[in-house]
Amino acid sequence: MDSCLTLRRAQVNRKLRICSIGAQGELGRRIRDMGLIPGAEVTVVGKAPLKDPVALRLRDFTLTLRNSEADHIVVEEAE
Amino acid sequence: MSEPRLTIGLAGNPNCGKTTLFNALTGSHQHVGNWPGVTVEKKMGHARHGELELDVVDLPGTYSLTAYSEEEKAARRFLIEDRPAAVVDVLTADALERNLYLAVQIMELGVPVVLALNMMDEVRKRGKDIDTGLLTRLTGCPAVETVARQGKGRREILEAAVNLASERAGAWIPLRISYGPDLDPVLDEMEAIVEANGIMAGKVPPRWVGLKYLEGDPGIMRRGREASDQAGEKLEKLTAKVAAHLKKTLGTTPDAIIADYRYGYIAGIARQVVRYPAVDQERLRLSDHMDRVLTHQLAGPLVMALVIYLLYILTFAVGKVPMEAVQAAFAWLGKTLEAAMPEGQLRSLLVSGVIAGVGGVLGFVPLIMIMFFLLSALEDTGYVARMAYMLDRVFRIFGLHGTSVLPFIVSGGIAGGCAVPGVMATRALRSPKEKLATLLTAPFMTCGAKVPVFLMLAAAFFPGKEAAVMSAVTLAAWVAALCVAKLLRSTVVKGESTPFVMELPPYRMPTLRGLCIHTWERSWEYMRKAGTIILAISVLIWAAMTFPQLPQERAAAFDQRAEAAQAQVEEAKAQGLESAALEDAVKAAEAAKSEEALRNSFAGRAGVALEGLTAPAGFNWRVNIALLGGFAAKEVIVSTLGTAYSLGEVDTKDAAPLSEMLARDESFPRAAGIALIAFVILYAPCSVTIVAMAKEAGWRWALFSMGFNTALAYVAAVVIFQAARLLA
Repeated sequence: MDSCLTLRRAQVNRKLRICSIGAQGELGRRIRDMGLIPGAEVTVVGKAPLKDPVALRLRDFTLTLRNSEADHIVVEEAE
Repeated sequence: MSEPRLTIGLAGNPNCGKTTLFNALTGSHQHVGNWPGVTVEKKMGHARHGELELDVVDLPGTYSLTAYSEEEKAARRFLIEDRPAAVVDVLTADALERNLYLAVQIMELGVPVVLALNMMDEVRKRGKDIDTGLLTRLTGCPAVETVARQGKGRREILEAAVNLASERAGAWIPLRISYGPDLDPVLDEMEAIVEANGIMAGKVPPRWVGLKYLEGDPGIMRRGREASDQAGEKLEKLTAKVAAHLKKTLGTTPDAIIADYRYGYIAGIARQVVRYPAVDQERLRLSDHMDRVLTHQLAGPLVMALVIYLLYILTFAVGKVPMEAVQAAFAWLGKTLEAAMPEGQLRSLLVSGVIAGVGGVLGFVPLIMIMFFLLSALEDTGYVARMAYMLDRVFRIFGLHGTSVLPFIVSGGIAGGCAVPGVMATRALRSPKEKLATLLTAPFMTCGAKVPVFLMLAAAFFPGKEAAVMSAVTLAAWVAALCVAKLLRSTVVKGESTPFVMELPPYRMPTLRGLCIHTWERSWEYMRKAGTIILAISVLIWAAMTFPQLPQERAAAFDQRAEAAQAQVEEAKAQGLESAALEDAVKAAEAAKSEEALRNSFAGRAGVALEGLTAPAGFNWRVNIALLGGFAAKEVIVSTLGTAYSLGEVDTKDAAPLSEMLARDESFPRAAGIALIAFVILYAPCSVTIVAMAKEAGWRWALFSMGFNTALAYVAAVVIFQAARLLA
């Protein structure tokens, strides 16, 4: 799908849906443990003062990710 | 006494209010230990329910039950090996789905689970609702609403846990979830193999073992091989086959599929149980509003700088009063004892060894208490997570974590801190490698005890430029800490940085009770641990500086000199004359004796013996003794140097005579002064810090830091001294 992009390049405050998670091993496990799985809806709500890490809003809570970790997450615009 | 005691485990995600509920359940009846084999804190407490005595065990906060982190390993081992009668899983009700992820994994083990829906007040405030009855029916686990900070649901939780425990009577009923057409057949096959070969039989359900194989859990795979090499190999082959198949057909891995199905199962429950408000869903919460300012690109760092500054000022300004009071009390005790006892070894041991040593330790207690009170408050509000978020980019360059900033600041990142609470503050770091690197480098910072050393040296070698020297020293300490952290993270503490997947919990008001319990625990632990070991060390140092004593005839020669001078003073007095010069002569004679006695002691002989080694750094035997004393406590450096330079007692706060003496000492040039400053920044942490480090990371790392830091300091001092001499 060409509407897909990595989470690093996603714009702030847009509703996104996760297409796939490329990370494996410990990082993949930790990402999935937090509920970041294909189909989940997320919004980038902010970036740290130095543009990295980013703050990510899921439906019920907020979490942070480094840009290098966000690279493994492919998302598309939710609507 | 005849009643059997029940063990109840308390599980849950980090920040779910588990500790608050633990405090509410057990009150003050708790004790802190370590989980076997890991440096994760284990808290246990007692509760009563009717006639029943309950042991409540607080499991480490985790998001999952894999075996990646120390916390997860400890939690899992407890569930499997200790087989609690029931587990209370504390859920942040507001984020039900993510919290159920852990709950489902515990249910898959089969442990009787009670769901504590904590912070239900927040859920209602947002206009959401959770159907607790339906949740109970769908999961088969009793669900209880709680508001732990108000103690609500306390009784109900215990009752549900006790009832469930007696109902199940030790039987485990594992939850079975479908993992889809690819994994289910494999799981069935694995289950049969596990059962037939008795792998972990009687401990965990066979299907769970299969799941762990698919998740690639090395610990469980080892257990499989131990039970039966053949069966283990068969299971591993099955895993490899299905993994290859999934990669080819779906481009994914078994553990990803497992997570998807688990969340799918949970989403199915949540959809029926949670009702979201129709309009409210998009509305920003108060917490998000606060984050707009508190993590704003410009305002965020400014507020953070202010918060750090306030934390620091409060701790050390407020802590100064009780700290000085405690020190004054010990000084008074020492003086009183000195006056009450006849002169001799015993008096010297009690006054200079025991009282000075214990006083030195207890003097830190007020600082530690205030520090931890404020730090726990910052942590419980959720602000520490924001600090880590904002600073991570900078600290990551050096292989550290955003949260590393706190230990650095507390240790003396702003000159005047203390490495002891600094090292203890590394506990907030959840990433083991980053924690270790932070803990090993934080003692470089300019702690309050090092400040007088630097001031004295600055006055001796850079008169009038003390402020500039202090700033340079503080800066140098930061550079050293960050660079050494980088060095350590690329050598002995090598490895990928821990993922920064971290929750930003909503801002919450901490509870006073929780803060007090936390503060008391840390302080008590410090007093008990450090008190015993430090006492031994200070007696040892005292002995090293006292024995062997001057031979009788040499001591007598000094005494004669002093007596002769004293006689002259008496004579002058009798003639009605006051002679300051003569009185000085008496003091000089006594000081000369002290110097000679020190030089003759074990420490003095070591100092002289080390001269060969330290000459390239420009240090003479006097400096060597002072630095040896600094292993016990950095405060000792200035006073020991005073004794070694025949100045008698030197007041740490006013070391001007010592500065003058050093400045005049031809054998101690400015180059050596600079080298000494560098050495004091870098060399081994004081004994109290070493004990704190051992507590946090084990003795191996504490001893490593002693050796490594001293070696590093020596090299730096030699390089600086030689370079400065060449330039001069």
